[in-house]
Amino acid sequence: MNPNMKRLRRSMMFLNCQKPGLIKDPYVYAPDSIMLDLEDAVAEREKDAARYSLYHALQEIDYRGVERVVRINGLDTDLWIEDIRCSVAGGCDAIRIPKTETAEDVQKVEAAVIAAEKEFGAEEGRTLIMAALESAKGVMHAYEICQASPRLFGIALSGGDYTKDLQTTISGTGVELMGARQHMIIAARATGVQCFDTVYTNLNDMEGFRRDVETIHTMGFDGKSIINPRQIPIVHEIYTPKPKDIIFAEKVVREIDTKKAQGIGVFTVDGKMIDIAFYDGAKRTLALAKASGVYKGEL
Amino acid sequence: MINAVGREIPDEILKATGKEPFQGNNYKNGVPFRRQGPIIRPVMENTHNKLVKDIHEALVKCKAHNGMTISFHHHFREGDLIVNMVMEEIHKMGIKNITLAATSLGKAHDPLVPMIEDGTITRIEASGVRGKIGQAISDGKLKGLAIMRSHGGRVRSLVTGETKVDIAFIGAPTSDDYGNLRGIGGKTNCGVLSYSHVDGDCAEYVVAITDCLVPFPNFPAHISMTKVDYVCVVDAIGIPEKIATGAAKPTTDQRKLMMAEYCTQVVVNTPYFKEGFSYQTGVGGASIASTISLTKIMEERGIKMGFGVGGLTKPMCDLLDRGMVRVLMDTQAFDLDAVSNVINPAHHRITAGAYANPFNKGAFVNKLDYVILASLEVDVHFNCNVVVGSDGVITGAQGGHPDTAQGAKCTIVICPLLQGRIPAICSEVTTVTTPGESVDVVVTDYGVAVNPNRHDLLECLQKADCVPLKTIEELRDIAYAIVGEPEPVQFEDRIVGIIEARDGTIMDVVRQVKHYG
Repeated sequence: MNPNMKRLRRSMMFLNCQKPGLIKDPYVYAPDSIMLDLEDAVAEREKDAARYSLYHALQEIDYRGVERVVRINGLDTDLWIEDIRCSVAGGCDAIRIPKTETAEDVQKVEAAVIAAEKEFGAEEGRTLIMAALESAKGVMHAYEICQASPRLFGIALSGGDYTKDLQTTISGTGVELMGARQHMIIAARATGVQCFDTVYTNLNDMEGFRRDVETIHTMGFDGKSIINPRQIPIVHEIYTPKPKDIIFAEKVVREIDTKKAQGIGVFTVDGKMIDIAFYDGAKRTLALAKASGVYKGEL
Repeated sequence: MINAVGREIPDEILKATGKEPFQGNNYKNGVPFRRQGPIIRPVMENTHNKLVKDIHEALVKCKAHNGMTISFHHHFREGDLIVNMVMEEIHKMGIKNITLAATSLGKAHDPLVPMIEDGTITRIEASGVRGKIGQAISDGKLKGLAIMRSHGGRVRSLVTGETKVDIAFIGAPTSDDYGNLRGIGGKTNCGVLSYSHVDGDCAEYVVAITDCLVPFPNFPAHISMTKVDYVCVVDAIGIPEKIATGAAKPTTDQRKLMMAEYCTQVVVNTPYFKEGFSYQTGVGGASIASTISLTKIMEERGIKMGFGVGGLTKPMCDLLDRGMVRVLMDTQAFDLDAVSNVINPAHHRITAGAYANPFNKGAFVNKLDYVILASLEVDVHFNCNVVVGSDGVITGAQGGHPDTAQGAKCTIVICPLLQGRIPAICSEVTTVTTPGESVDVVVTDYGVAVNPNRHDLLECLQKADCVPLKTIEELRDIAYAIVGEPEPVQFEDRIVGIIEARDGTIMDVVRQVKHYG
């Protein structure tokens, strides 16, 4: 399995490939992933120029470990295959499929990615895939989409198009997104892939953004698509385990390991009842803390 | 001769200016000198009338002549109308070979370029020059030398008699008919008149120019009638909306916010951050953001500032209003909030001399704990360049940069690693304007470098683990890895300007830029 399948993706920042100033050094903001956009942000007549910038950026710029995802144009255009060739030739880490509606959409992209990897001599399997669900149909097919390719690391909700399809609008309360969010996170967890939330577009309302991130964090999402570097510290703050959680998780893991060896199944840690069911959660907290750079212990 | 910052200062310049090469920050410390004063023409008759009908009459009465030196202040910033107004009259009168000794010159003074070309203005002394005059000097159009000196250095230059001002023109938002001048009232509020104070003390003739004549006495006067020879009333001395604008909105640029946060972390994790600390900052987005984020930590830790000094902005005035700083010492009001805040009894006006003159028996800058500065370029020796662009053209001003940098116990320079495609952290700055010995910490978007001479600060920051620490060479290498190492800018041999150190020695020279065919 590609080791990047499960990497940390709390913040996935969209960047317009048409704007060199944006793509030259976004890593200074320390997002987990950048999503280099060839689709909606790029004017129709600038698609070639954007691909050119993208290819050279991927080739020339050291993104210092930040994952480089490319959002290609939709499968209903005649642009997407060339987008994939250009992205794979440049050496991107992953392709984001917009407006994914079926498992077949993922498989079509997978085939084009495999062909491009062969054509450009890239290591087979190095290019991962993620699918953006932007319609009611896509959301309904989330479970199949999640299982469509071994390269697919996750699914992402794209709230703008999705709410249009629902014949409503983004209200700011999250009510209109609740069903899709719930459905998608369940599908993702059922199939072992990651799940990402939609963008929050009102940059003047950082408190609203914070509430939105807290909501999706509580729901279980792995991260959020973002549109401005100012949003990154808030996402990371909410997703980074707090010191007391890290200490507790460490105790839980250690106690379970010890008690298991002693043949004890249920016991208490800091007054809370703990059994083996807590083990994976505690391990996950420590892994997230480690990946976030706030835990340097050996567990 | 090579000076203390490694710059070659040609002998012919040393000879022509009678100056010494820069030999370190404290070279003149304690060296006695005699303060120079002007010739005074006493006014004893009680019928004496100081009012003149126009600039022309003022020039005639002040015996304007070829080769004279005239001075101006820059409190009206880009809204200044006075320099152009006076120069137009001088030009009309056919007076030539003027030394223009302004505290600073900006784009507002672009119309003076033809007067440089026709020999009306042949020398310029200023903190710096922006706009077309800077280009004209760099193109070699000024016949004599341009001398760029800091605010403190300018006061030194006047009080030592190195610069002899024949006529000082002091734009005053209000004046009475006897020359009591104030920086407030009228229609061109600028709050303070700090920069001209020394001109009042040292110039042979002092002409006040106002567009708001008020009844005698205009008191308390910021510049006293005891120093003013003539008062000239004109229609307008400045464009109010270009003098002070509303406070800049706090930046939303995450890169600047990151640098501001690093800067704040440096401040709060170094030993001078304690009750009663002193602080100065500038008007850049990152500087203002840093003041805002510092305020939060001051509140959390219950630490109050002793004094803030320098050019002031709304965030600093807010600190005063909230009782989080004991006093503000004001040399320049950068926004309308700062102008209106001057009425606060703990908001004091100080002269540019008290602020920064290195030849005082001490200046405010010497008592600074922290100063937050910006820079166009910083090199691996921590030398800063705030005057000459990376294209070799004069494009900025020293202001109080070298004064505060030397004075403060912890000098922090905020500078993005790259300015567009130009590496701002480099091997050698184009021109040295503030020596590396004055600079303690450089904050960039890629990390923070501490001057190796300040291992005490480095240890504090390492221990606190609060910012990504890098060496200055590492920052330079990152910059070069991204955009490449630029070819040095090409210059002609001719020296068009000198960068004067605070003490009057020569920090660097500026040569004419070479144009490519």
